[in-house]
Amino acid sequence: MLKNPWKRRHIIESLVRIVMILSFLAVAGSLGLILWTIISRGLPALTWEMVTQTPKGGFYMGKAGGVLNAILGSLYLASGGTLLALLFSLPIALYLQTYLETSAWGRYVRLALDVLWGIPSIVYGAFGFTLMIALGLRASLLAGILVLALVELPIMTRAMDEVVRRMPRDLEQAALALGSTRLEVSLRVVTRQMLPGIVTAVLLAFGRGIGDAASVLFTAGYTDRLPTSLLRPTASLPLAVLFQLSTPYPEVRERGYASALILTIIVLLVSFGSRWISARLNKYTIR
Amino acid sequence: MNSHIQVRNLNVFYGKQQALKEINIEIPRQQITVIMGPSGCGKTTLLKSLNRFLELTDGTQISGQVLVDGQDIYASAVDVTEVRKRVGLLAQRPTPLPMSIYENVSYGMYIHQMRKDKREYKDAVRHYLELAGLWEEVKKRMHDPATSLSIGQQQRLCLARGLAVEPEIILGDEPTSALDPISSQHIEKKLLELKSQYTTVVVTHTLRQAKRLAEHVIFMYLGEVVEAGPAQEVFNHPQQERTRQYLEGLF
Repeated sequence: MLKNPWKRRHIIESLVRIVMILSFLAVAGSLGLILWTIISRGLPALTWEMVTQTPKGGFYMGKAGGVLNAILGSLYLASGGTLLALLFSLPIALYLQTYLETSAWGRYVRLALDVLWGIPSIVYGAFGFTLMIALGLRASLLAGILVLALVELPIMTRAMDEVVRRMPRDLEQAALALGSTRLEVSLRVVTRQMLPGIVTAVLLAFGRGIGDAASVLFTAGYTDRLPTSLLRPTASLPLAVLFQLSTPYPEVRERGYASALILTIIVLLVSFGSRWISARLNKYTIR
Repeated sequence: MNSHIQVRNLNVFYGKQQALKEINIEIPRQQITVIMGPSGCGKTTLLKSLNRFLELTDGTQISGQVLVDGQDIYASAVDVTEVRKRVGLLAQRPTPLPMSIYENVSYGMYIHQMRKDKREYKDAVRHYLELAGLWEEVKKRMHDPATSLSIGQQQRLCLARGLAVEPEIILGDEPTSALDPISSQHIEKKLLELKSQYTTVVVTHTLRQAKRLAEHVIFMYLGEVVEAGPAQEVFNHPQQERTRQYLEGLF
């Protein structure tokens, strides 16, 4: 009855466990290193000025100013893109579930969405740029929002598709059995069941959108001014990081890390916020 | 017999397959009627014809009449939500709504605007939870999610929720089949307590449960009603060969 640790199956089990632990450490370690890098290099340069001012003359050579233009620009771009993607993805997800559930078309639509999800965002950027040239448009907040919506759409739709798919069918029947109208079932029961998942899907897409540099590079452009119009170019945080890190001046590079830190903090806030919101909303959902 | 529900010439098709054939039955007022028979015989289909749940499945064709107090619930002028308010359903598995315990009970009263103010809703929720025998267990946790209850408690919550919209008829679709023995007893006891106030129709595939509950029995086989009548007569002196065989456990 005594355990013999040198038996083949026990050896294999220990080996596999070691591999798992090492993989976990690699992932956790990378995250730690990334955070350490941007915090240790960015925190000293993260001043009040950084988040409250736009670049002044000579900013990119180390003189006064901040990246408020990029912070606001990124928030506008990601919010606009997320809102626009939401307008399309919720109906698509519901349509997929209600009408295309078992049909071949449903499979094609899901496949198309998965392919779109995998397309690198620089391709979306290039696509948007080509379209803008064809239409005679210039880089602008609006163009950036449109392209970000395209980037976010497949992520949001597939995430919502899963939410809609997990909706228990008995639930509708239970509400109907009490004499609910269809509208009451949708608004009071189905929405309540799906809302946490929808919120998570939206914030997931927002997080992806706000961190994306390649898609806004050609389409939204960059400017030192605050974004004031949909038709003018706007700055964004990922590009602020890119431009500042690629200069030879150490103080500007430090600001690049500080900008990265700001972006990371925003993304973390959004993802913790989404956790918090969905935990609260999830309290009553049926699993 | 003072019948509450009369089913006349009811035929139901799922696509091309006929699930119910020429059903003609009467269901007595304020008694427990048990529909029994082997699986696939159309028990649940018959039950679901009584609260117009059949039409929720695509490709269902229904002909004939179901009269509740003489009024055909399939008539075109009838409001289906009113039908379902009058005819409550206790499903096979408990299906709490994604809400708190309190809201699960108040939901139905709320959509039908049955009470005037918060006070009245609160009192009514308490009343129906007491009626379902759940109040003592949940009175201190009314705002907990309904899913935090055990399966047996959830089924009693569903009973309270159904009673709260003040139905005249309670349908039970094998309401204890997903429950443990103690919880099943609880539900059976409640149905027996409530039978003098409600017309109750229960589908079951366990003969022993049928014998414990039934005052009136409908025995079905292959989509047809083979025999129907007072429980004592059907159980002790079945008229049909099929019924006798079923009661003896031959199929």
